[in-house]
Amino acid sequence: MTWPFIIIALLTIASAVATMTLRNLVHCALAFTVTLAGLAALYLQLDAQFVGFAQILIYNGAVAILVVFAILLTRGSEPPQQAIFSSTWALGVGIAVVVFGVLSAMVLSSHALAPAGPAPAIASVREIGDQLMTKYILPLEVVGLLLTAALIGGVLIAMHETKTK
Amino acid sequence: MDGPVDQIFVTAKDWLVGLAPAPWQPLVSALISVAAIIAVFAGLFAITTVLERKGLGRIQNRYGPNRVGPYGILQPVADGLKALTKEDIVPRTADQVVHFLAPLVLVVPVFLALAVVPVGRNMVALDMDTGVLFFFAVGAATELSVFMAGWSSRNKYSLLGAMRAIAQMISYEVPLILSAVTVIMLVGSLSTVKIVEAQAGYTGWLPHWFVLTPWGLAGFVLFLIAGTAESNRSPFDLPEGESEIIAGYYIEYSGFKFALFFLGEYIGMFAVSGLAITLFLGGWHAPAPFLNWIPSYVWFFAKLMGLIALFIWVRGTLPRLRMDQLMNFAWKFMLPMALVNILAAGLWRFVPPGAVRWAICSATIVGPYALLGRALFQNKHWAKRTYRYAE
Repeated sequence: MTWPFIIIALLTIASAVATMTLRNLVHCALAFTVTLAGLAALYLQLDAQFVGFAQILIYNGAVAILVVFAILLTRGSEPPQQAIFSSTWALGVGIAVVVFGVLSAMVLSSHALAPAGPAPAIASVREIGDQLMTKYILPLEVVGLLLTAALIGGVLIAMHETKTK
Repeated sequence: MDGPVDQIFVTAKDWLVGLAPAPWQPLVSALISVAAIIAVFAGLFAITTVLERKGLGRIQNRYGPNRVGPYGILQPVADGLKALTKEDIVPRTADQVVHFLAPLVLVVPVFLALAVVPVGRNMVALDMDTGVLFFFAVGAATELSVFMAGWSSRNKYSLLGAMRAIAQMISYEVPLILSAVTVIMLVGSLSTVKIVEAQAGYTGWLPHWFVLTPWGLAGFVLFLIAGTAESNRSPFDLPEGESEIIAGYYIEYSGFKFALFFLGEYIGMFAVSGLAITLFLGGWHAPAPFLNWIPSYVWFFAKLMGLIALFIWVRGTLPRLRMDQLMNFAWKFMLPMALVNILAAGLWRFVPPGAVRWAICSATIVGPYALLGRALFQNKHWAKRTYRYAE
C-alpha cells in the first residue's frame, strides 16, 4: 500500500458514502461522479491508462450526465421531507454483508491473488487494439450490434408519432 | 533547425531542474511545466480578449476598446482588476457548495487538456501513450461543470442554458472524436508527440501535414466545426444566447467567478485549436523546408493565432443557429460525414500512393457529401422571408 493508493481509496470510499447518505438527489449524483473519477484514478495507478481514461470519458462524461438528466426530468430535485433511511435497513445491511462475504471469499480463493511469477507486461493501447480486433472480435461485434439496436430504439421512442386515421 | 534558440526553453527548464536536489527533481520539473502552461496561456487569453473585441469592432464598423493604454491594449488589465475587486454575489437560494465548485471544475480540466499538446520540439508537459484519449477524457469533465453552474444557481434561465449546453456538447463530442479517429488510425498511436512526428518531412515545398490529404481536410473542417460547438462559441453559442436566455448557465455569477468562466471558455478554445494543430496542421513543424530556421514554438503559436483569428472572424460574420438546426446539423450531417471520413481514411491506408488514391479518397468524401446535402435540402421550400408583424 502506497500513499497515492490510500488517498485515492479514501476519496473513493468517502464519495461513495456521500452518494448514499446525502439528502439531495443531485448532490448524490455529483458525489457519484467523484466515486467514478476515483475508480479511474485507481486504474491509472495500476498503469492501465487506456481503461482509466476511457472510464473518465464514458462514465464521467456520459453516464454521469445521463444520471443527472434522468433526475431532473423525472422528479423534482427538492430533498425529500421524510427520513432517507428505509424502514427495512436491517435487511439491507444483512444482504450487503452476505454479498460482500461471497465476493471477498471468491476473490481470496481465486488464482488472481496467487503470487504469480513474472509481472505481466503493461498493456499498451496498441496491444488492447490488436486483441480487440483479433481474439475478442466476436464480443466486440456483439456489443456494437447491441448498441446499434439501443440507438435505433432510442430514435424510435423519440420520433414524432404520426397521426393514424 | 535543432539549434540552441529552438531548444532555449527546454535548456532553461533543464538548468532550473538541475538546481534542485535530486529527490525533488521530478516535482520541480512538473511544477515548472505547469507554471509555464498557466502563465503562457493565461497571457494569451488576455491578449485574445482585446484582439477579439477589436476585431469584432472592426467587423461591426466601430473602434472597439481604445481608451486604456496605447490602442487599448491594456484593456485586459483593467478588466482583470475590475473582476477582482467586484463584489461576489451568490444568490440566497443557490446551492452554495456546488455554485462555488462549478467554475473550478471548468478551469482545471481545460488547463489539464493543454498538458498533452506539444507546443514545440521536445516541448510537451505530458508525453503519454494515450495523449489524445486523455485530452477528450478531461474535456468531458467540463460538461459536468456547466450542469453544476446551471443547476446550482436556482435560476430558470441558467438551467435552460445548462440544458442547451449539455445537449450541444454531447451531440458535438461524437463528430469531434470521430474526426480525430482518422488521424489515430493512420498514425497508429494515441500519443500526441508521435502524431506530430508522423507529419514531419516535405515533398518539394509541401509539408506532409494531414490537412493536405482528402480525409485530412474533411477531418480538419469537421473537427474545427465540432470544436467551435464544444467551446460554445458563435455561431454555436446558444447556451449563452444573450437575447434569449440572458447569459445562460453563468448568469448568476459575478466578479472573479465570472472571469473564471470566461477564462475557461477561452482556454478551452485554445486547447481545441492546439489539438487541431497537432492532429491536422503538423504541430510545430514549419510549413516549408526553407522556413525551418524559425523556432518550432513560434510556428505552433503562429498557427494558434491563425486559428483564433478564424474563430473571431466566424463569430463576427455568422448568425446564431436555432436549437433544431443545431441538433439536425450535428446528427444528420456531421455524424454521417465523420463516419464516411473514417472509411476514406481506411481506403487511403490500403490503396497504394498515387493519383488513383487521391481520386478514390476524394470521391468517397465528395460523393456522400453531395448526396447528403441534397437529401437534407429536399423537403425544404425556400421562399422570401415574410414577417407577420413587422412589414
